Amino acid sequence: MNMIAPAIAPNTVFATPNGTTRPQVSIVIVGHVDHGKSTLVGRLLHETGSLPDGKLEMLKAVSARRGMPFEWSFLLDALQTERDQGITIDTTQIRFRTRSRDVVLIDAPGHAEFLRNMITGAAQADGAVLIIDALEGVRDQTRRHGYLLHLLGVKQVAVVVNKMDRVDFSADRFNAIRDEISAHLTGLGIAPTAVIPISARDGDGVAERTAKIGWYTGPTVVEALDALQPARPLDELSLRLPVQAIYKFDDRRIVAGRIESGSLAAGDEIVIMPAGKIAKIRSVEGWPSSPTVTQSAGRSVGITLDRELFVERGDVIAHAGSAPRDTRRIRARIFWLHEQPLAAGASILLRLGNKETRAVVVAIEKAVDPGELASAEARAIARNHVGEIDISLAQPLAADPYVDNPRTGRLVIEVNGRIAGGGLVLSVDAGQRAVPVDIVPVESALRPEERSARYRHNGAVVWLTGLPGSGKSTLARALERKLFGDGGSPILLDGDTLRAGLNGDLGFSPQDRTENIRRLAEVAAHLARNGHVAIVAAVSPSREDRAAARRIADAAFREVYVATPADVCESRDPKGHYAKARAGVLHGFTGIGNDYQPPESVELTIDTSSRTVADAADDIERMLISTGILFDELTDLAANI
Amino acid sequence: MQPGMDHLDALEAQSIYIFREAFARLKKLALLWSLGKDSNVMIWLARKAFFGRVPFPALHVDTEKKFPEMYAFRERYSKEWNLDLKVDYCPPIDAVDPTLPPAARSAARKTEGLKLALNKYGFDGLIAGIRRDEEATRAKERVFSPRGLEGGWDVRDQPPEFWDQFNASPPPGAHLRIHPILHWTEADIWAYTKRENIPIIPLYLAKNGKRYRSLGDADITFPVASTASTIDEILIELEGSKIPERAGRALDHETEDAFERLRVAGYL
Repeated sequence: MNMIAPAIAPNTVFATPNGTTRPQVSIVIVGHVDHGKSTLVGRLLHETGSLPDGKLEMLKAVSARRGMPFEWSFLLDALQTERDQGITIDTTQIRFRTRSRDVVLIDAPGHAEFLRNMITGAAQADGAVLIIDALEGVRDQTRRHGYLLHLLGVKQVAVVVNKMDRVDFSADRFNAIRDEISAHLTGLGIAPTAVIPISARDGDGVAERTAKIGWYTGPTVVEALDALQPARPLDELSLRLPVQAIYKFDDRRIVAGRIESGSLAAGDEIVIMPAGKIAKIRSVEGWPSSPTVTQSAGRSVGITLDRELFVERGDVIAHAGSAPRDTRRIRARIFWLHEQPLAAGASILLRLGNKETRAVVVAIEKAVDPGELASAEARAIARNHVGEIDISLAQPLAADPYVDNPRTGRLVIEVNGRIAGGGLVLSVDAGQRAVPVDIVPVESALRPEERSARYRHNGAVVWLTGLPGSGKSTLARALERKLFGDGGSPILLDGDTLRAGLNGDLGFSPQDRTENIRRLAEVAAHLARNGHVAIVAAVSPSREDRAAARRIADAAFREVYVATPADVCESRDPKGHYAKARAGVLHGFTGIGNDYQPPESVELTIDTSSRTVADAADDIERMLISTGILFDELTDLAANI
Repeated sequence: MQPGMDHLDALEAQSIYIFREAFARLKKLALLWSLGKDSNVMIWLARKAFFGRVPFPALHVDTEKKFPEMYAFRERYSKEWNLDLKVDYCPPIDAVDPTLPPAARSAARKTEGLKLALNKYGFDGLIAGIRRDEEATRAKERVFSPRGLEGGWDVRDQPPEFWDQFNASPPPGAHLRIHPILHWTEADIWAYTKRENIPIIPLYLAKNGKRYRSLGDADITFPVASTASTIDEILIELEGSKIPERAGRALDHETEDAFERLRVAGYL
């Protein structure tokens, strides 16, 4: 079957064979499995004159031979296997022309098993047609497909209400469906470009406003497709040239790749990410001759550089000053296509551009069944579900958020050598910790006992948690002075102080707070392992975060709840935070509101409204003695005899 | 398609990208050179991708029943293009499934020849010049298409392929088919052949009111009525024609599913 033979629609300006000036748009047709997608596609091919001579007659003959009435959908059911199953089974690319567009039509079957094909087809689409059966109305799968279009960023959606003949071309029925689907799509941030009443079987509304839908004044399906805008030109974005390979077929060392966005020319100052090395483009190479003009997005090119640098497949070449971020951590919205659900902790292979790296799923933030539209308990993302995940990369790579660059902001995930999911980059976090692959820790030259003998204490993490203004910092400083006075080695880790440096990239979202606490705990635990007493003063409102800190520091962890009453804390307000929060100029502040989760069991609880600072510090000292951190005289003697 | 690029530029850039991906990700590639217009375009694209070279063998699975003009073309251009030409022969017809109709059986013989060559060289990737528009079953194809140990194609269990990310890890012993011109049409091939001045076998041009639109074995390929004696005339003819390209291939018309059965068995 040759449905893709060049076809000329009526009234089309006769284009050259290489079709120079006509914009091409890719569309996908989605909707419930029985609502008539294949019929619409067959009809569109017929109405635009895109069928080879004799095709229709041949299919009608085949139908007759099989004793079946002819259906338009047979045009797509070319495969024996499809006919056997009675459903279309894969994304098929079909082309036709409207007045001013070359349309590549991706027939997207709605059967649940083949959702992945819909997803992968829709991911490349500039626009979509969402089909609804006039009799059945908006169904679960209709909503699911609308939601997926939203997730995949397809903004141009035309809705067709099919089988209008089954409801006697009722304008009331049409209006009810139009209102329902419009409300749903608008809720997802999609404004339908048109809602069109049609009968795909009989042709009403497809290419012609027939008398039966005389009450309808909007565009036909063909007109709606003709109005689709092609994607924003990529050459208007910053240069991104992912490196596919380095060739040394002769004395040239050619860096080859496809320009994903922006443009380049010989003489440009470039930066090679993620390493950040700077060079200049010496030449742009080509065969049989080298190009002399600027090369832009979409071109597969080869360049040479003005100096010998280590460049490898997967690097990204950009212009100095507008480079992508280098990162070992990515947050992405993904769709999952594998039978095995994707769970936190999973080891995956990630591909972004030409870069491939091992990675670990650090966290699954949301897992959504697009049919239910409800966030499930976020443990794993099942097949055909979508979710937001944090990924930690074994190797750094260069990436952009999808909103900044659709080409370097998308990735796929491989499991066992097969693509198992894909996703859009929501954010890249430079400098975050990677999974310790190939990292060999170096042991300290000193044994813990050597330090203990000098400091007269074991290593510990004293974790002071409590509301802002509860007295944590004051108490921590008093404890620090006291231990130091006794010859110990206390080190203060104040939450706010570390936010100015080590944690300067973190905000106050729940994820950032978690990461803030994790880093504090890692640093504190490292100090404790080396015999110091790390005194951490941090609000650390989340019980779960503190539990994570305890896991990191393990046996060295001593939690102190500074349980000063909230009203006392607010009246103190040493940093003016409560006042600002009450005035509405400080957001995400823990204190007013009830987002502080008091500990359930701790080593010590202190209320600084009823204890002096010195007494409270003594309380902590006694706790540290009784729990084996500080040596009292007898222990000390016993240990050193 | 991006501004500053025409339709053919866009097709070319995409094909070059596919060639470079295949070369970067597979160890032992070969390009199936059938000598026809499509595979000559492929060779040309490979030379563009690799700056004048074809850095893998060009494999011709020879039925020994091709037109004499095709053999002459092979001799001349394998040298002129500096190809690492490998010619391998198909088994005798008796070795092929006798239940197939004659033309299909003949084509199946080619599939057997391909399997023999695969085993002989141990290629893990075969670059083939099929196009989506040629035949409906090919519309379902992937750019990187895994083949089973027997060379078979499981249309229902194809891994997802999107965003130009390809599945390039065939299981041990299996191989990949790579289709760099899958997205081209017949008219694209001709327009590009003309633009780039790529040599063709003269059988494609009309002589005495007939020309070949597609070249297979001499005994099962027939010319179509045509007066197109230049590529320009072919392009004009294609604009007006809705007759399928493979109309002259007997194989496609024997039974409804002959082609599909062949593809499942490993035919291109």
